[in-house]
Amino acid sequence: MKYAYYPGCSLRGTGRAYEESLLAVFQALEIDLQELEDWNCCGATTYMSVDELTSYALAARNLALAERDHMNVVAPCAACYLVLNKTQRYMHDYPDIKLVVSRALAAIGLHYDDHVQVRHPLDILLHEVGLKAIAAKVKTPLKGLQVAPYYGCQIVRPYATFDDQRNPTSMDRLLEACGAKIVHYPLKTRCCGGSQKGTLPEIGLELIRHLLTEAQNNGADVIATVCPLCQFNLECFQKEAGNHNHPISMPVLYFTQLMALALGASGEAIGLQRSLIPIEPLLARKEIAYA
Amino acid sequence: MPEIPSSAIESSRERPRIGVYVCHCGTNIAGIVDVRAIVEFAAKLPGVVVSRDYKYMCSDPGQALIQQDIAEHHLNRVIVASCSPLLHEATFRRVLSRAGLNAFLLQMVNIREHVSWVHLNQREATEKTKDLVRAAVRRVSLHKPLQKRRVSINPHVLVVGGGIAGIHAALTLAEAGKQVYLVEREPTIGGHMAKFDKTFPTLDCAACILTPKMTAVGSHPRIHLWTYSEVVRVEGYVGNYKVKVRRKPRYVIEDLCLGCQECVTACVYKEAKNPDEFNLGLSKRKPVYLPFPQAVPQKVVIDPQTCIQFKSGKCKKTCVEACGDRKAIDFTQKETIEDIEVGTIILATGFKTFDPVRNPYYGYGRYANVYTSLEVERLINASGPTAGEIVLRDGGQPKAVGIIHCVGSRDANTNRWCSKVCCMYSLKLAHLIKERTGAEVYNFYIDMRTPGKGYEEFYDRLLDEGVHFVRGRVAEVSDWATHPSEKGRLVIRVEDTLAAFVRRIPVDMVVLSVGMEPQPDAQDVRRLFNISCSTEGWFLERHPKLAPVSTFTEGVYIAGACQGPKDIPDSVAQAGAAAAEAMALIDAQFVELEPYTAFISEDQCSGCKTCIPLCPYQAISYMEEKKKAAINEVLCKGCGTCVAGCPSGSIQQNFFEDEEIFEEIEGVLAYA
Repeated sequence: MKYAYYPGCSLRGTGRAYEESLLAVFQALEIDLQELEDWNCCGATTYMSVDELTSYALAARNLALAERDHMNVVAPCAACYLVLNKTQRYMHDYPDIKLVVSRALAAIGLHYDDHVQVRHPLDILLHEVGLKAIAAKVKTPLKGLQVAPYYGCQIVRPYATFDDQRNPTSMDRLLEACGAKIVHYPLKTRCCGGSQKGTLPEIGLELIRHLLTEAQNNGADVIATVCPLCQFNLECFQKEAGNHNHPISMPVLYFTQLMALALGASGEAIGLQRSLIPIEPLLARKEIAYA
Repeated sequence: MPEIPSSAIESSRERPRIGVYVCHCGTNIAGIVDVRAIVEFAAKLPGVVVSRDYKYMCSDPGQALIQQDIAEHHLNRVIVASCSPLLHEATFRRVLSRAGLNAFLLQMVNIREHVSWVHLNQREATEKTKDLVRAAVRRVSLHKPLQKRRVSINPHVLVVGGGIAGIHAALTLAEAGKQVYLVEREPTIGGHMAKFDKTFPTLDCAACILTPKMTAVGSHPRIHLWTYSEVVRVEGYVGNYKVKVRRKPRYVIEDLCLGCQECVTACVYKEAKNPDEFNLGLSKRKPVYLPFPQAVPQKVVIDPQTCIQFKSGKCKKTCVEACGDRKAIDFTQKETIEDIEVGTIILATGFKTFDPVRNPYYGYGRYANVYTSLEVERLINASGPTAGEIVLRDGGQPKAVGIIHCVGSRDANTNRWCSKVCCMYSLKLAHLIKERTGAEVYNFYIDMRTPGKGYEEFYDRLLDEGVHFVRGRVAEVSDWATHPSEKGRLVIRVEDTLAAFVRRIPVDMVVLSVGMEPQPDAQDVRRLFNISCSTEGWFLERHPKLAPVSTFTEGVYIAGACQGPKDIPDSVAQAGAAAAEAMALIDAQFVELEPYTAFISEDQCSGCKTCIPLCPYQAISYMEEKKKAAINEVLCKGCGTCVAGCPSGSIQQNFFEDEEIFEEIEGVLAYA
C-alpha cells in the first residue's frame, strides 16, 4: 500500500503532533506514505466562503499532482479531507466548474481526470489494514483508558463516505482494538464551534463547554479527535469553559497519538509534550507503560 | 367491422370545406393567446370556410355552434384549437358524428398544454398558435373517413393487491356477478389495515371491520383468491387481456391444509426464532407459520430460508408427522404459472411506509425505544406481540411519549408530499397510548391537517384529553442528558415555534409518524401493466378530478394508496369507483378501438417479410399464393413498427399516413 500524503497547513502548524503520530502509526503498520510533491493550500473552508472557484482550483492542483504520480491521497486534516472531496464531486457534477478549473490547471501544465481517491486515515486503517492486523501489532494496550471519541463535523458531513453520518464508529473500533475503553458520547459529531471562538466567543464557548462536560459526565479520561481545529478548540479553552465549582481538565489527543502509543511509539516521538493538558500523569496512574 | 358508407367517402373527396373553432378555455388560452388574431388568420387559409372563437367550445352552446355550421356551410372538415385531445377529442368527434360527418375528419390543435400554459410572451404564443393551426388545416384536408373497430369484452376481472382497496373492489365485482381473480403477493390478504389496532376517527377496531370482509373474499364462489402470487406478464388490450400469474410455492398444499397449525406446534424449533414479518420483527415466528391468527386463507406457509429441511435436508420433519394423513406439507412443491384471460384489471397495490433510517437525526435503529408508527400499531394491537400492552424494547413502560409528525413527509431531503394520514393516525395513537399507559403524550407537528368527516372533532377531543401539542419540526432525538431528569431517557430537541424558544423534552418512547411512499417496485408494476407514474412514483390517474381511477391504458384502473397517500375511507371509495368503472365496461359488452391500424398497399409490397418478425402482436402473416404480407386488423394495435420497418414504404397507418404527416410538418414550417 502506497499513498500520497497530503499534510495541509495544520499538520505543519498547530497540528504537528497529528503528523508525528500519524507517520508513526502508518510506519508501524507498514503503510507507505510519500509526501505529495510541491503540494499547496487545500483551499480550506475560509477560502471556500470568500472565493469558491479559486478554492476549487487550489484543491484541484493537489488532486492533479496526485493523479500525475498515480497515487491516492491521504488527507488527515478534516478540513483538507472535506475540501478535496468536495472539489472532486463538484468537478464531477458541474461541467462548468470543471471547465474553468481545468483551464486553470492547463495554464500550469496539469490536468485532472477524476482518477484520485481522497481518503481519511480512519478509513484506511479500518478498511485497508483492518482491526485484526492492528490488534496483532499492539505492544502497549491502552488498558483502562476511558476515551470519548469525538469526530466533529467535516469527515461525516455532508459526505459520509466511509462511516455512518450521525453515529460514526470507525474511531471507536480502532481505539478499542488498541485496548481502550470507549465511553458513551452522544455528541460525537456535534459542532466544536469552528472559528466561532474568534468571532462570536460566547456561542463558541458554549458549544465547547457542551462537548467537554458531556465527556466528563460520561467518565472519559481523554477526548480523541480527528481534526486539528477540534483539538485546538477543545484543548485551549478549558479554563474558560469550566468554573470554580466545575473545573475542567481533560486531555485532548489525536486518535493517532493514542494508537501510536499502543503500537509502541515513545511519547516524545508523537508529540505528547506539545499538549497543554498533559496526559502523562493519567497514563502513569493507569499503569500504561508506554515506550 | 362495419363498412364506411360510400356517401361519407364521397363527401371526403370533395374539395375541403373547413371550419376552424378556437376555444378561449375561459382565460386559460385567451389570457395568453390572441384568439381574435387566430380566427382572422385561420379565415384566410386555403379551404377554410368559416372561422370562429368561443369562450368554452366544449360546452353545449359551443358544440351546437359547430354542429350548426356543419349543416349551414356544408363543412366537410373541422378543426378545434383548444385543449389536449386526451381531454376532448372524443367530445368533438361526437359532434361531427351527430352532424353526419365521419368523426375522423376532425383535427384537434392543442393550444392550451402546448401553448398557453407553457408560454409567457403573448406575441410568441400567438405566432406559435398560427403555425399549429396552419399545420392542422393542411393535414385535415387529407383526412379520410375511418371506422372504429368493435371488440367484445371478457367479463372476468383481475384485481391486483389484497389490501382493503383490492378486497373491496373484488367483493363489489363478485357481488355483481362477475368472476374475479384476486392476486396478492403476501401469504395472506389484509394489507396494512390488518396490522392496525383501531381506526380513526371512530376508533372502531380494524380487525372487527376488516376480517369479515377478508373471510367473505376467501369463501366467495366467484372470487379466485391467489395469495403468495404475483402477476408476471400482461398481454392484449382492453376487454381481452391475457395474464400470467406466478404462484410461489408455500410448500403446503392449500387444498389440503386445514389451518389447524399442529405442524407449527410440532416444528423441531421449540422456540420461535425468526423475526415475524407481520409484527414487523417485534415478535418471532417459526419456519412454518400462519402469518397472523385471522389470516385469509387460513393456510400455513413454510419459509425455505429458515426451515432446516431446506437448509440441510436432514430435519426430522415433525411437522409432516403432525399433519399425518392430511399430507398437506410438500417440500417438493414448485412454483406454478397460471394463465388467465380477463377483460379489465384493477391495480390496488398499495404503499410502503417511509424507512426512518433515512432521517438519522431521529435515532431510529440506534435507540431501542424509537419506534415507527406502524410498529406501535402492532404494539398496541390486542392480537399483537404484547397482547396490546405497551412494553418497550428495554422492558419498561413509558411515562412520557413523543410523537413526531411528518417523518419522511413535507421534507425536501426525503419526500416533499404530505402523506395525508399521519396527523390523524398520530392523534389516534396519542389517544390509545394515553388510554393504555396514562403517559404524558407530546405531539410535535408542523401543521395539524384534519380535514375529513369527524376528523377535526377528534382533534378537539384529544386537546380536551390533555395531550400536548408542540408546533415545530423536531431537530433531533438523542440520549444526551444535560440534567439529572434526562438521564437514561430520550431527549427531543425542538424549536417551539409558538412559544419561540428551543425546548428539550425528555421522554421514554418516541413514535415516528412515518409517511407513505410508492411501493419499491412501482416502476416495474407500471411497466408490466403499461400505465404511467407521477414523478414521485405514484400510479397516474387519467385525470386528477374527472377520471381519478382510470389510467391512460383502457381497461386498467387504479384504486387505493398506489395512486397517492390515502386513508381507509378514500381507498374504499376509490375501490368502489374502480369496480363500477370496470362493470360499466363489462356491461357494455363491447368496446370501440381506434382505427389506427396499419395497412399494406399490395402493389408495392415485395414480399420481403421484413415486417413479420417486427410485429409485437403477431398481426402480420405471409400470403403464399400472392407472395405478399397481410395485416390482421383485429390483432394490429397500431404501434407503427412495421410502417417504419418496411424497406419499400408499402405499409401505411390509418390517420398517420406519410402524406398527412408531411403536410402537417410543412404547415408548421411554412412561415406566412
